[in-house]
Amino acid sequence: MFSALNRDFRANIIVFRIGDGVFVGINLYQKVWNDHVVRQLDTGQYQVFMALHLIHEVTSPQAFGMLKDKDLRVAFPKRTFATVDHIIPTDNQERPLADDMAEKMIQVLSSATQEYGIEFFAPKSGAQGIVHVVGPELGLTQPGMTICCGDSHTSTHGAFGCISLGIGTSQVRDVLASQTLVMDPLKVRRINVEGTLAVGVTAKDVTLHIIRTLGVNGGVGFAYEYAGSVIDRMSMEERMTVCNMSIEGGARCGYVNPDETTFDYLKDRQKVPVGADYLAAVDRWRSYASDFDADYDDIVDISANDIKPTVTWGVTPGQALSIEECVPDPDGVEGLEKSLINDALNYMQLTANQPIKGTKIDVAFIGSCTNGRLSDFKSVAAVIGGKKVSSNVRAIVVPGSEKVDREARELGLHEVFEAAGFEWRLPGCSMCLAMNPDKLVGDEVCASSSNRNFIGRQGSPTGRTILMSPIMVAAAAVEGYVADAREVFNLEGGEV
Amino acid sequence: MSGMTIDKLSGRAVYVEGNDIDTDRIIPARYLTCVTFDELGPALFYDVRFDEQGNSKGHVLDSPEYSTAEILISDNNFGCGSSREHAPQAIMRFGLKAVIAGSFAEIFHGNCTTLGIPCVVMNDSNRSELSDLIMHDPTLDIMIDIVKLHLICANKVFPITMKDSVREAFLNATYDPLDTLLASQNEVKEVAGKLGYL
Repeated sequence: MFSALNRDFRANIIVFRIGDGVFVGINLYQKVWNDHVVRQLDTGQYQVFMALHLIHEVTSPQAFGMLKDKDLRVAFPKRTFATVDHIIPTDNQERPLADDMAEKMIQVLSSATQEYGIEFFAPKSGAQGIVHVVGPELGLTQPGMTICCGDSHTSTHGAFGCISLGIGTSQVRDVLASQTLVMDPLKVRRINVEGTLAVGVTAKDVTLHIIRTLGVNGGVGFAYEYAGSVIDRMSMEERMTVCNMSIEGGARCGYVNPDETTFDYLKDRQKVPVGADYLAAVDRWRSYASDFDADYDDIVDISANDIKPTVTWGVTPGQALSIEECVPDPDGVEGLEKSLINDALNYMQLTANQPIKGTKIDVAFIGSCTNGRLSDFKSVAAVIGGKKVSSNVRAIVVPGSEKVDREARELGLHEVFEAAGFEWRLPGCSMCLAMNPDKLVGDEVCASSSNRNFIGRQGSPTGRTILMSPIMVAAAAVEGYVADAREVFNLEGGEV
Repeated sequence: MSGMTIDKLSGRAVYVEGNDIDTDRIIPARYLTCVTFDELGPALFYDVRFDEQGNSKGHVLDSPEYSTAEILISDNNFGCGSSREHAPQAIMRFGLKAVIAGSFAEIFHGNCTTLGIPCVVMNDSNRSELSDLIMHDPTLDIMIDIVKLHLICANKVFPITMKDSVREAFLNATYDPLDTLLASQNEVKEVAGKLGYL
């Protein structure tokens, strides 16, 4: 039960594993917490060491300014890594960028990383990309770590068995200056997804289904532990998709216990130890997995049979339904919930009780930190052959990193997409959040593999977003309207 | 020393209705293209307040009756979505110094706390009564008492809640934790060393 690490080395501040005198196992969250707590503060909160800090151009330049104002140094420059993703154009990345302020943001980050000795994965370095794609693919993200980044989708890294937190800029400053954060411990909810996913049902459908079931604020105060046979069988990239959207369910973070899939993924990655050191690391990583008799604050069981290809109809990721359903009717619902449904239907220009299938789209986007990895593009390339993007649809594919781009090109995936009428772009966050030239225009509807369908999220104050899996985006792109990928690509009985 | 003790706050209030108001709505992403937070105040809720030509849509935040409001009242799950500190920075720079809601998304809550913006939780029925009072008479003052955990408006006393640790931080003036964190760098190195991060 106990690992190579002595978990009692700071016994005076261990806050878990106290169960009315009866020994109970502890979960991963508690183990990682115990190892990284520095001390309890007067307020009752804890100071917690951050094993890995990732920074990017949008939320971090201001933090360097704050350090300068206080004449502070970076405490652990080797524990922070930088890249650019949000503002980088995906059509032309020649410097200087056309947008002066975007160029300045990259320059501020670049010079700060030089000044403080922080490794920077710059555009065209071969390692640039969306921060949550880059960390795992380089092997920076490892089991048992506390990870933070000024971006809410840091929850992605939990796929490796980490406490991974999105933070604000003042906290980026705190981590740069001290490598620590102030934290209150979270409760842990285990979400067991059991059974076998039907053909055409993906990790994205699992996460949208969970958020739909538990609500967009159902996770407030919790870390989500994703478990069960469905999660166990998932690849690391699928687990990242699930953990990525923990934040959309209100959870502060989400994680999957590390296992052989995790260790195999990490082997031979650039920042992972090799040889005997790798084997020792695996022993340590394995020890962080939740004990079989671990205690949880809550347990939720989800059946794979209930999960269908899922899409959003409204303006939060929880306003989701299966492709077979009709959008809700506000009649019979009272209070704020009624106005939420009404407002969402109005904004989306949908009518109560209409099927979501058949909703016309203008734009198709495959990419983002949720679904911008090699397996996402492979899954679509495997079914798109012989199909064409509808003439009314603008369809773009944006690899999550330079490495994903390189590997996809080596497999010829870009040609498969281009032959079908998609545009293959350069790596970046692209249409997920409209901080770069990739934006919706007017009230266009976008079938999107990203993570947020908030009002105005994709750059137009009236733009409309429908979230779905990459193969569902591809199906919508081909038909010109929201469609069932199982029908469009004849998936029944096949493999996705 | 990280700031002033925050134990009481008072001022006029404005009610922005809605559950699940996300940080993209509080500050649209295009205003994040910046290297300082200085100019963010006017961009608060921009796309809700102005049309694409920049004309006012008559949002409550632009109503003259609420132009001196210093306290924002909203509904459940306020500040969900992106971790952008630009959202509380915009709220602060717009001139608002506290937010009252049914519940808050956690990253937003943490960002507000560090900036010294109390996030005050009030249940649905009390919040509804309070917002009715404000909508009926915009000149009413609200007094938030963080010591006693109540709020007074029009001689009515409403209970409020706040996370204990955050309340302590406001009362001890340690809500900006940087100095506290820097005071234990030897212990930090000890933890880092034992975990092999050095």
